[in-house]
Amino acid sequence: HYVALQRDVEGDLLLGDMGEGLPFRPGMFDGCISISALQWLCNADKKTHSPPKRLYRFFSTLYSSLARGARAVFQIYPENSEQLELITAQAMKAGFTGGMVVDFPNSSKAKKFFLCLFAGVSGVLPKGLGSESTDRGVSNQAQFTAQRSRFTNMKGKSVKKSKDWIMEKKERRRRQGKDVRADTKYTARHRKPRF
Amino acid sequence: MKLLTHNMLTSHVKGVIKGYPLIIKATEVKVNELEFNGQFVSRMIPKLEWSALIQAAGWLGQSQDLPSTLIPDYENDEEFLRKVHRILLEVEVIEGCLQCPESGREFPISKGVPNMLLNEDE
Repeated sequence: HYVALQRDVEGDLLLGDMGEGLPFRPGMFDGCISISALQWLCNADKKTHSPPKRLYRFFSTLYSSLARGARAVFQIYPENSEQLELITAQAMKAGFTGGMVVDFPNSSKAKKFFLCLFAGVSGVLPKGLGSESTDRGVSNQAQFTAQRSRFTNMKGKSVKKSKDWIMEKKERRRRQGKDVRADTKYTARHRKPRF
Repeated sequence: MKLLTHNMLTSHVKGVIKGYPLIIKATEVKVNELEFNGQFVSRMIPKLEWSALIQAAGWLGQSQDLPSTLIPDYENDEEFLRKVHRILLEVEVIEGCLQCPESGREFPISKGVPNMLLNEDE
C-alpha cells in the first residue's frame, strides 16, 4: 500500500486480511476486481487458519457487500485443480454463480485464469482469449452450476482421470495380480499440459 | 481515510451486531483539493447513510451547514453537491482511530490508512 500512498491515488486505502471478511455495509459496490490475491487464501499461514473457512468468510461478506446484479472478477494463479475446486466451491456456497474464464489455455506461459462471479443474477461469461487455437479441444470456460458432480458421474463411478479414479484403477490392477507402483505423495498429482 | 469510505465501513468483529457507524477519533485531519465531479457525487448520495455522514462531519469539525436530512432535488443543486463533494472526498483523517460502537474495539488510522486487521480471538 506504500506504492499507492506515494502515487497519491484517488480513492482510498484500507489495511486488512480478506480471510477475516470485508468490513462493509450491505449492497455497497457494483463491481469488484482482484488481481493475484485470492490464491493466497488457500494456504494456511497460521495453525489456526482453515482455508475453506477463510475463503467462505471472504466470499460471504463480499456477496453481502455487493449490490444485486454486481460482478466480481478475480485474476488468480491456482496451484492445482484442488485449489480451483476449493475456491469455486466456497464461492458457490456463498451464493455466487459464474465460472472460470481462461485466456490462452494451451499456452503454459500466457495462460491466465479469471474467476468471474455474479451476485444475485445469472450472467453470461466472457469468452477467453486465444480460443481460436483450440486444436487440443481445451475449453476456455467452465461454468459452474448448483450441482456438485465432480466426485462421481451419473452412474456412480468416479470422474475419469481424477485422483479417485486413478487410485481405484491401481487397486483393481493389484487385485488382478499385476505389478503396480507403490503409492507415494506424487500419485495422481496433477501434471501440467506439456507432460 | 475519507468520509465516503467511513460511511461504508462497519466493524466485522465476530458477534458484533451493531458495528455501524464506527466512531471517529481523529488527531490529525487534512483537507485536500480534488476535482469536482457533480455526477459522481449525485450518484453516490443514494448509497450513503446520510445521518452517519452528518455525524462524522461533526466529529471532525466539518459540519459546514450541511443539512441534517437530505434535501429533495439535490441532483440539480450544484452548491449543495459541492458541499457534499468536499465532505466526502476532500476531508481526510490522517491519524486517529475508529471505534466499534458496540464492542469498543479500536482500529487505528495511520498515514491515512485504517488498520482493520483483527486479533486471533476476534
